[in-house]
Amino acid sequence: MEKIEIITKNSQETKDLAARLAKYLFEGSLITLSGQLGAGKTTFTQGLAKGLNIKKNVTSPTFNLLKIYNGDLPLYHIDAYRLEGINQDLGFDEYIDSDGICVIEWSNFIKQLLPSELLNIEINILENDYRQLIFSAYGEKYERIVKQLCTL
Amino acid sequence: MKDVIILAIESSCDETACAIVKNGNEILASKVATQIDVHTLYGGVVPEIASRIHVENISIIIKETLKQANLTVNDVDAIAFTKGPGLIGSLHVGVLAAKTLAWAYNKPLVGVHHLSGHIYANAFVDKLQFPLLALVVSGGHTELVYMKEDYDFKVIGTTLDDAIGESYDKVGRLLDLPYPGGPKIDKLSKLGQPVYKLPKPKVDSPLDFSFSGLKSAIMQSINRIEKSGEKVDINDMCASFQQTALSALWDRVDYALKNYDVKQFVLAGGVAANSKLREIVQQKMQQDYPNISYIIPPLSCCTDNAAMIGASGYIAYLKGIRSDYSTSAMASIDLEN
Repeated sequence: MEKIEIITKNSQETKDLAARLAKYLFEGSLITLSGQLGAGKTTFTQGLAKGLNIKKNVTSPTFNLLKIYNGDLPLYHIDAYRLEGINQDLGFDEYIDSDGICVIEWSNFIKQLLPSELLNIEINILENDYRQLIFSAYGEKYERIVKQLCTL
Repeated sequence: MKDVIILAIESSCDETACAIVKNGNEILASKVATQIDVHTLYGGVVPEIASRIHVENISIIIKETLKQANLTVNDVDAIAFTKGPGLIGSLHVGVLAAKTLAWAYNKPLVGVHHLSGHIYANAFVDKLQFPLLALVVSGGHTELVYMKEDYDFKVIGTTLDDAIGESYDKVGRLLDLPYPGGPKIDKLSKLGQPVYKLPKPKVDSPLDFSFSGLKSAIMQSINRIEKSGEKVDINDMCASFQQTALSALWDRVDYALKNYDVKQFVLAGGVAANSKLREIVQQKMQQDYPNISYIIPPLSCCTDNAAMIGASGYIAYLKGIRSDYSTSAMASIDLEN
């Protein structure tokens, strides 16, 4: 497991960081985002979408649970916020191991569906608009990505 | 002109609904089976459970609706249904039921966008006048729609992050209020004063919305107050949030009314049931725009129902819009196409 920590000063910096990360991702990538309400999980995904050249504005998927965007690679944006306490097959597996990038917010509510290899990003709120982002890479492919992100 | 009877089916979220509508403005029958009690147990809509209950309910609801109207499927001119957006599993149930009926009875099939239904729900109140501006506010949507003429939709403003209804639910959760948070916040607001200062949501376009920052601001505000050893007054926080969120909504409507040629303004969607929003619209329209007519839909038209799909389906039917048997439910679909 490879772990790094990055502090951003505002939501724009968070988005820029996510856009940079997008360049290193590959088909079938899985990113889980954790952090409390308002931490900036959707903001991070907006930056990621920009990095994938997605023109459409990414909005919160909470209501529809899954939103799909087309860019350099398709982006599957899942929000498990409303699935707390539910233990059943929701058909998300086809998006988790997919032809694109899968981002899951509130993945702790569907832990049983997650594979062992993934990149988890924990976003913590600091003072003002500052955020602490902790990247935890599980599996060789993701460890390499995190190392590349570090070298910049 | 001969009467046109539409049988409409709606199942985009947690309501299984069927209605029979005459000439787009008269409800002959309307039935809704809601699942809110089941989902309250889980703190929200559960997709798999939702689709299963839809399957159980749909045939009964259609049968009951026909019985209420004292009609058979042979008597209707077309079958309208919600093709999207919504929860995919839920949508499929309604789409399949509509396709089956259309095929079995050889009736035209008319697919309708869920939001167009919310807008056309106002046709039950009064004749719609164009150009029309609609503010569609619900759990999944916050959109300003400009309609130059009948069935011509242009989204001129939208949320860049959270929908207004979602923001109500999430703030409700931050304040430990039971699900759904919206009606509860509306109620508690009346007992409080907007004393907490919250930042106005900022966006680049004067017509777009943003509610994500407001949610974060409330959380920071709660943390600050608790750190200083004081207690957050829930009623005051509800009132502060509601005032900030709703004035952000109205500011966009106000800008659109000033900059577009509008004959009528309509409110639509589940959040149109919010008492403060209704009050603001009524007061501002009367005071600032006496020459523009406006419709605030009755509470029964705000929540999801099939009559609104029948109203929208009627216009679509007249315009020659048809779906074929290959049509499928679409979780994400733009209003403009």
